[in-house]
Parts: sequence; structure tokens; C-alpha cells
Amino acid sequence: MSFFQTLPALIQVAIAFGTVIMLGCCGEILTEKSGNLNLGIPGVMYLGGIASLTGVFFYERSTENPNGFVCILIATVCAFLAAALGGLIFSFLTTTLRANHNVTGLTLTIFGAGVANFFGGSLNKLAGGVGQISVATTSAAFRTVLFPFAGDLGVVGQLLFSHGFMVYAAILIAVAMQIFLSRSHRGLHLRAVGENPATADAAGINVSIYKYLSTCIGCGIAGLGGMYYVMDYTKGTWAHDGTIETLGWLAVALVIFTTWKPKNAIWGSYLFGMLYWMYLYIPGLSRNTQPLFKMLPYVVTIAVLIVISIHKKRENQPPASLGLPYFREER
Amino acid sequence: MGQTSSAIELRNVTKTFGSVVANKNICLDIRYGEVLALLGENGSGKTTLMNMLSGIYYPDGGQIYYRGEPVDIRSPKDAHALRIGMIHQHFKLVDLFTAAENIRLGMPGSAGKNVAAQIKEICDRYGFEIDPDQKVYNMNVSQKQTLEIVKVLCHGADVLILDEPTAVLTLQETQKLFRVIKAMKEDGKAIVIITHKLNEVLEVSDRVSILRRGEYIGTVETKDATELSLTEMMVGQKVDLNIDRPLVEKKKPLLEIRDLTIRDDEGNVAIDGVNFYIRGGEMLGVAGIAGCGQKELCEAIAGLRPIESGMMVHGDEDISRMSPKEISARGISMSFIPEDRLGMGLAPSLSITDNVLLKSYKESERHSPFVDRKRGREEANVIIDELGVITPSTETPVRRLSGGNVQKVLLGREIKTNPNVIVTAYPVRGLDINSSYLIYKILNEQKMSGVGILFIGEDLDVMMALCDKIMVLFHGKVMGIVNAATATKEQLGLMMTGSLDLTQIKDTESKKTGIAQDSNIKEETV
Repeated sequence: MSFFQTLPALIQVAIAFGTVIMLGCCGEILTEKSGNLNLGIPGVMYLGGIASLTGVFFYERSTENPNGFVCILIATVCAFLAAALGGLIFSFLTTTLRANHNVTGLTLTIFGAGVANFFGGSLNKLAGGVGQISVATTSAAFRTVLFPFAGDLGVVGQLLFSHGFMVYAAILIAVAMQIFLSRSHRGLHLRAVGENPATADAAGINVSIYKYLSTCIGCGIAGLGGMYYVMDYTKGTWAHDGTIETLGWLAVALVIFTTWKPKNAIWGSYLFGMLYWMYLYIPGLSRNTQPLFKMLPYVVTIAVLIVISIHKKRENQPPASLGLPYFREER
Repeated sequence: MGQTSSAIELRNVTKTFGSVVANKNICLDIRYGEVLALLGENGSGKTTLMNMLSGIYYPDGGQIYYRGEPVDIRSPKDAHALRIGMIHQHFKLVDLFTAAENIRLGMPGSAGKNVAAQIKEICDRYGFEIDPDQKVYNMNVSQKQTLEIVKVLCHGADVLILDEPTAVLTLQETQKLFRVIKAMKEDGKAIVIITHKLNEVLEVSDRVSILRRGEYIGTVETKDATELSLTEMMVGQKVDLNIDRPLVEKKKPLLEIRDLTIRDDEGNVAIDGVNFYIRGGEMLGVAGIAGCGQKELCEAIAGLRPIESGMMVHGDEDISRMSPKEISARGISMSFIPEDRLGMGLAPSLSITDNVLLKSYKESERHSPFVDRKRGREEANVIIDELGVITPSTETPVRRLSGGNVQKVLLGREIKTNPNVIVTAYPVRGLDINSSYLIYKILNEQKMSGVGILFIGEDLDVMMALCDKIMVLFHGKVMGIVNAATATKEQLGLMMTGSLDLTQIKDTESKKTGIAQDSNIKEETV
């Protein structure tokens, strides 16, 4: 099989993984624009995934004929709220108590993974064994092809239009966030908070509220990424394989790759998805050489870091006060 | 609003940080149509006091009145509502934003829409020039300050507080600022200016309020005040405003610079074929407008910047290819005070003790692998006692000290290493009179003990009184080296702007300025 024959399949999986990464990345961009460096993104994606699964699992068990729309609603609300709660923990620790961002974020990742796998295991037990969780209606609703004409367009239709609604929702979120950050007043205020909180504060902007809200909403959006992975990619089951965490770290890496611009996350996430799966489509790879290709997204991120460091263009740098706690009376 | 009606009154305002009382029972009267100067030494609490008006700090005691009504300023937003605007010493601007975006910050959405028109109106009214689409990181300090003023005016402020606005400005820029201040005063705005410079106080203010160590000393009418009377109120004792220039028997040249050429960060020639030497017991001043190679020269002598060509001879060694460590081992000390004071030389978050240890660790390394904190603390205490550093303890992080005290710690530490050449740039930048004179005294003591000093300064009056010789730089070239005792300000001014080049005159007599007859450089090595 030549590379070009397998390309459509590669693009398919790249879009699936890319969507998870895109949501995580957009959430983290929103968070980092406020100056909060949240390395808990993999953790909140876990929280989003398990909360949505738990929510619809009990809904589908409690009713004879689950409604697809209600399923989506429950999953989305559960995922967003659980992940936003993770963001709230992070905000409280870093903004109110001024704890170290790196330590708090990493702890949140470990916490999220632990909580999610604990409840995932419990759900498996309730359902009667590993792989027995059934949320068929929800999973089907998530994977319903949004555009009915997709089948008529051949390969193009299959590649671009045959996905569930979350793929397109993710793009919409990225576009909306780009517009919010670059065009709106509140976006300007948020960027000021991340660049120079003392200046924003002196201008009468409530720094804490901006930090809290952007972090909680950002985490909520990242949580939707975890939900999409569970509902669409794994079809509503729970696996302990740690893929969500891997995707979460890719999302964090993608933030750097995009130079903190959501518009770049749209294509960047698909590129990361492709690079991640590349190893399956390169002929002649053994188990020993596969990991070399699995690290491609990270290599690309390092390359981008090197390039933007050499160029020193101010617009491509991280928010100036990223990871630094702010205290008004600090001298 | 009447011409001199009261804008803001402070009654017995008190603020403490931990055990340090920054402000104690301060009373102040700010009136519309008037310029009030707030005068005090470093660390006397001027900025702290004004930060309470702008909502950055909240007072522990006392009451603030706005137009006679008691008010509570809990946040910058409250200060906005009372139309109080502060131009901070460290500008509150987002570097990445354009001028217009910075002004739009904090404005309600509707007001932000026609911000361009507002900017234009205010610029026309007071004669400012700013480009609304210019990014702040592309601006120089004067432009940033103009933007800050335009910003608070756009936000509707009619009480303006300027915290040391002239510290980073040139003479011309300062004059321009004063014209603006007077225009705003005419407009009925209340203006508070914090400054150390007495001549500026006398020039621009109507009344002067004086603080000393956090306490309110009094308020005088500017027209009744003199430099001496203000200084005495500020310091609390009789002071002598004369600067000593002890004469010391000149020794052989300690440091010789021959045909030195250095490039700056952008690759342009910053120092161009410069020759000079410093003898033991001599202070050589370096004058020149900002950015004509002073920083690069300092860095090159300290070994921090590679040189393009030329020699730097110390004793009988060429140090121009040596590492900073090797250079400092030979007794050449550099203290460079950048605009932000803390940037070079001290680690802001470390304590005074730790900063002292940073320089002396090499010696103790020979005895033991562990840091000798006890001795470091003793050394820190010696510096604190000898130079009168005001600090709660030796373990206080340096960034918590006020500017003058930071500089004392830096200079004190450098002197502790027993250097034979001191390179010091802007050692009194932003310092009050008392601290400045103390620094001059320290430098003179070093000079008398035979140390050669390169003094890169800003104030011509000070350099003419303090230094033995003055070298003038213009775009990296030496315009001549003159005897400080006989030089005139006019002559130096002409040389600084490049209108007068003494080296051209001397060259006709085929004698190069800046080369000593009893040079250490042997002819064959030249």
C-alpha cells in the first residue's frame, strides 16, 4: 500500500485526534492569555471525559428511550461543569492563594487522571465489566453525520463532511475565540491582564475576575475535548490507556506552536493529529522505531520555539506575565 | 470649580508594611489650579502615599476627603471614579499594545469607540504628539510618558499625580513636560509632582510638601523657599551643598584604553577608536547625551561585551580578551545602575546578605564547600552601618528597599572587594540629595586611597565639581578630554552635541589625546 492510498485514512484519524487537541488548545490559550499557566489541561480533559460519560450513563440507564439531543445536552453540561470546576480549583490556588502555577497545574493533571480512572473503573463495574459500558444513544448522537450530502461528494465529502458535530463546533469555538481576543473590548482587557496585570489593575480592570473566568471557561472548553474523545473516538467506553493525557500534553504543546493564536490551532491541531498517527502509515517501521515518529509533534513544537526565539517578534511571545502570580501591594 | 478650591485632602493617613511604617499621620492638601510638589528623600514614603490616592494601596488609618467629602479609595477603579490619574514612575503600559489600545484599557466599551478622536482633541489642546497606532515597545521613554499623560487625560482625570516624571528625561524633554504641566494647571487641573530635583521644584510648583522618613514635615509656598531651606527640611539638619574634590597625587595609569572599537547589540559601532587612561587617585568623568556608547563601554571594560578592535591594558596585561571573572580578579569593579536600577548587579529577590555573598563566594570557596552565611551577614551589616542603608534587616530582599538604598548596597558591595579601578555609571540616578552626597563621599574616599574611578554621569554640574577630568563622547567618538576644574558648561555642551571636537585641534600638533606619556603599554605591543 502506498502512502497516498492510505492518506484519506490518516486524515480521518488526524481530524478525530485533532479535534480533541484543538479544544484543549483553545481552552489553554484562553487561560494563558490571562497569565495563568495551567498545566492541568490533561487533568481537566479527563474530568470532562468522565463527567460526560457518567452523566449519560445514568441517564440512559434510567429511561427506556433516551433522546439523542438530551444525551448531548447532559454530556456537554457535565463535561463543561466538571472541567470548569478543575479550573476553579486552579484559579483559587494560583490567583487567590498565589500558589506556584507549575506545581498546581501538574497536581491538577494527576488529580484529574486519578479521579477519572477511579470513576471509570466504577462505571465499568456497574456496567458489568471492562468495556461493558453502553451509552449507545449518546455515542450515536455524537457520531451522527451532520451534513447529509457528505456521501454524495466522494472522498472529499468523506474527509471533510462526514464527521460528528463536535468537529465543526471546535472550529467555531476557535474562530469565535480568535475574534474575541483580537477584536473585542473584553478580549483587549484579558490580554492586558496577561501581559501586565499591574497596568490592567491601574486601569480599573478587575484582574482576579478575568483570571478566574478565563481559566474556568478555558478549562470547560478543554473538558469538551475530553468528552469528544470519550463519546466519539472511543464510542462511549472508558479505557485506562492514558490517551487523554497524551492528547492533553499535545494541546499544551500546540499552544506554543500556535504562538497563542486560536486561528493557528485550527490547522495546527490537524497537523499534530497527523504527525501523531504518522507512524502507522510509514512502511517498514518496527516496534522499536515507532516511538521516534510518535515524538514528531513535540519535535515540531521545539522547532517552532527555536524559530520564534530567533525571530524575537514581540507578537509571537507568550503573555509577558505568564505563570507569575499578581499581588497589587507587591513592592 | 474655583481656581484654588480643594480637590483632595489627606488627614492623618497612615500605612505600614509589616513592621515598617511607610507613612505616619500624613496631612496633605491638593488644590485645583495648582502644582503641589511632594519632596522627600528616597524611602520617605512619597510614592506609597500617592499610591493610596490611586487605589494601589489602602491606608491603615486616617481619612481622605474628596472636595470636602470623606471617601474610601479601595481600588484603582474608585480612583478613576474620583478622576484621579497617576503617572507611575514605572509606566503602567502594555508594551505589546498600541498607544490607542493602551488608552482604551479600562474604558467602557462605548467610550472606547471614538478614542482616536479623544486622543486628537487632547493632543491638540496641550500640544502632545503621539501616533495612536504605534506600539509601546517601539517608543522611547519620553514618548511613553507622553502616552501615560494622554491616557489619564483621556480617562477624564482632573487630579494628576506624576511620580518622578523627569528622572528619565533629557533637559529638553523636561522643559517640554513643564510647559504641559503649566498648561494643565491653567486649565484648572490639580497636579502633584514627586521629584528629588530641587531646581525643578522651584521652577514648576506653587507649594511644596515635605516628607521625611514617612512623616509629614510641613508645607511651604514655593516662592518663599530656596534650595537650601528645602534641603534642610527634607534632611532635618543643616547641609553643605558643596561637592568636594580632594586632590590626590597622581600615580601611574591603572587602566589604559587604546583605539577601542565596540559594536552594540544591533551591530552598529557604539564606541569608535576611543583612547583614554585612568590614573590611580583620579576620577575621570564621562559626559555625553544618553545612548552614545556609555553602556557599551562599561560592558566592554567589565568583559561582558566582546570588543571589535583595540586594547584595554591594566597594569601590563591586555585584559580585552579576558572573561569577566578574570577581569574582576584583577581588581576592576563595575557598578552600572540601569534605568530600572535592579537590572544589573543585584538579584532582586535575594536578601542583602545573599547579594553580598554573590560577590565574595570565590574567596570562601577555597576554605569550604558550604556558604559562610555568618560572614556574609557580618559584611552586610558593615555595609548597612557604614553607608546608612535603611532596611528592616540583612535578610530583607533587595527589591523591597527603596532606590537609594539599593544603590548603596550595590556600591558598598563593590567597594568591599577592594578594587583598584571602579567603573560606575549613573550611581546617583534617581537618588535624593542626601544619598547622592553620600555616594560622592564614598567615591572620593576610594579615590583618596588610590583607586582610579571612571564616573559615567548625567549631571554636568556634579561632574564639573567632582571629577578631575571629563571626557566627552559623541556618537561613540571622543570629542576631547578636559580639565574639570577649568572646563565651562558651554564648552562641554558644544562637545556633547558634536559642535566642538578638541581632538581635531590637538591632532595638528600630532599629539593624540587620551594617551599618557608614562604609558604602561610598551611601544612594540602597540
